Amino acid sequence: MADVSLRKVVKRYDEVEAVRGIDLDIADHEFVVLVGPSGCGKSTTLRMIAGLEDISDGDIMIGGDVVNDVPPKDRDIAMVFQNYALYPHMTVAENMSFGLRLKNYPKAEIKSRVTEAARMLDITDLIDRKPKQLSGGQRQRVAMGRAIVRNPKVFLFDEPLSNLDAKLRVQMRIEIKKVHQKVRTTTVYVTHDQVEAMTLADRVVVMNHGKIEQIGTPNELYHKPATKFVASFIGSPAMNFVPCRLEDVGGKLNVRLTDRLAFTLPPARAARYQALSRSDKLLLGIRPEHVLEARPHAEPGVEPFDAMLDVTEPMGMETLVYFTLEGSQVCGRVSPNAGAQDGSPLRLAVDLNNMHLLNEVTGAVL
Amino acid sequence: MVDVAFQPNRAAAAQTRRRRVGLRNALRRKSMSAFLMTLPLILLIAILVIYPAIYSVHLATLNKAMTKFVGFGNFEFLFKRETFWLVVKQSCIFAISAVVFKALIGFIVAHFVHNVPANKQRKWRGMLLVPWVIPPAMSTLAWLWLFDPSYSAFNYTLSFFGIGPIPWTGDAMWARFSVILVNVWYGAPFFMIMYLAALKSVPEQLYEAAAIDGANWWQRIWYVTLPMMRNIIAITTLFSLIVTFANFDIVRILTAGGPLDHTHIFATWAFRVGIEGSDIPLGASVSLFMVPILAVAAIFILRDITKRGNES
Repeated sequence: MADVSLRKVVKRYDEVEAVRGIDLDIADHEFVVLVGPSGCGKSTTLRMIAGLEDISDGDIMIGGDVVNDVPPKDRDIAMVFQNYALYPHMTVAENMSFGLRLKNYPKAEIKSRVTEAARMLDITDLIDRKPKQLSGGQRQRVAMGRAIVRNPKVFLFDEPLSNLDAKLRVQMRIEIKKVHQKVRTTTVYVTHDQVEAMTLADRVVVMNHGKIEQIGTPNELYHKPATKFVASFIGSPAMNFVPCRLEDVGGKLNVRLTDRLAFTLPPARAARYQALSRSDKLLLGIRPEHVLEARPHAEPGVEPFDAMLDVTEPMGMETLVYFTLEGSQVCGRVSPNAGAQDGSPLRLAVDLNNMHLLNEVTGAVL
Repeated sequence: MVDVAFQPNRAAAAQTRRRRVGLRNALRRKSMSAFLMTLPLILLIAILVIYPAIYSVHLATLNKAMTKFVGFGNFEFLFKRETFWLVVKQSCIFAISAVVFKALIGFIVAHFVHNVPANKQRKWRGMLLVPWVIPPAMSTLAWLWLFDPSYSAFNYTLSFFGIGPIPWTGDAMWARFSVILVNVWYGAPFFMIMYLAALKSVPEQLYEAAAIDGANWWQRIWYVTLPMMRNIIAITTLFSLIVTFANFDIVRILTAGGPLDHTHIFATWAFRVGIEGSDIPLGASVSLFMVPILAVAAIFILRDITKRGNES
């Protein structure tokens, strides 16, 4: 087991820079998820750690050794691919033991490691089958088993759950987490699914356009996003953004959304934003769960307002309501008993204690 | 008015309608219409394949003048002749060594072409296919000139190194080497194109997985490429074995079976005794010998191809 470090890593394809200078430190035993939209460079980064792609610039270190020019087989890593990449002509046991057999491990040792991994992944009964006779979830387990038996320094996962259906994905997600709790191997996991990232990771690395937008624990990213990209990428439904500006009214700081709609900021927020210019174009960022139905005895900082609902989506435990503010669509989460109906007005409230203010031009969270 | 005018035809129309309904019902049965649609092909095969096959078996049982039934007489005669056993040996040497080299060269060249960048691959593929698309009778003539003992480019070039002149088609061993060489030259592109297609169908991620598992270049070929290509290799080899075994034109043009029958294979020797020697029944018996040999080869190679097909 080992830590992994990336220092100013760059990947260029002819003219295009797919990865534009990444610095990342992954501690021993840590589970790090690289997340971002397609084409953000996350898979390329993972493949560079694996050694399947050359790096154009910078250094990659595994366990303190620079491995820039070390071929994949000598990096002591194991990788799980999106489409499993199991050898179709080998049985499950042969697939799992292939790496060990190439390294001439003693037969008894191979057998015990395969048995142990198969037991851990609950595929003992499938050990003599060919991949073709397995379901998607079983193949995924075999692919993980192949990684586990090697007992490598680092596990690399490249979108391992994208080929599974929604239900199986949730199940395998838990499975992966359990495996990591048992073997504690340093893991780098790539996904475009922010839910996977949030649920699995010790730390999440959000990438966009070949750069790291933010690194943090799932809670940090959710509650303290650094940029508009992170704020909108993490969380589902996504955070709402409404154009706004600040104004002083009677010694209090207000955030004005429309000519008719302005909210007084709670003291803590007012103090934080006091220094901002009153003429700046800003965005009010607010998560759907902080736009809720108005209650008679509201806490301080929860400001009521009237909204004309466009669409409602009853989800059972809650109802998502959509309405328009100054041309921006806003989503709120209200109680199913709030009486929300398509095309009818509803009195809502916004919890400004959990608001964010963003610079509309730079996208930075202020 | 109109109704009346059509009256006289009504009975006849009803009759054709009834007949059409009967035909339509027959066609509606899938097996019937399928059989009818394949009938032209079945007839064609019957005329062009089955009839000649049966006719050649019939011919092989006649005497030289084709007037008397002699049973297995022709075969008994063949078994006693030394030339026949020479031809059996030579056919096997020719077919097996040519197919092995074709497969080997095709496999190696396919790997090179596979690793050529995609935009240049078409050019290479086209150029490498040239030997296969030239009619072999023509290209063998060119080889014949290259092999000429006195004036050929080969011997001229070799003379600079103090080697030769080599009797390319004059000495038994060299003549065998030459016909095999030309056959390999002609047939390797076929293997190359089949293997290239097979190589392209191997998922790239299997190689990546193998690379991470610690396989070196040779182990990747042995554990990934070859197993994934097994079916294509088997089918291509069988197909080529049949075509090579039954080869006629290359040997006929290059050596005509000489020197002293030392390059004859079944087809050329059948032609020699059957057409040139005016003993058509004996020629037919010679060519019939290819059937059991090729049947055995087919059974061996295709034995578990369906089983393998299920794996991938």
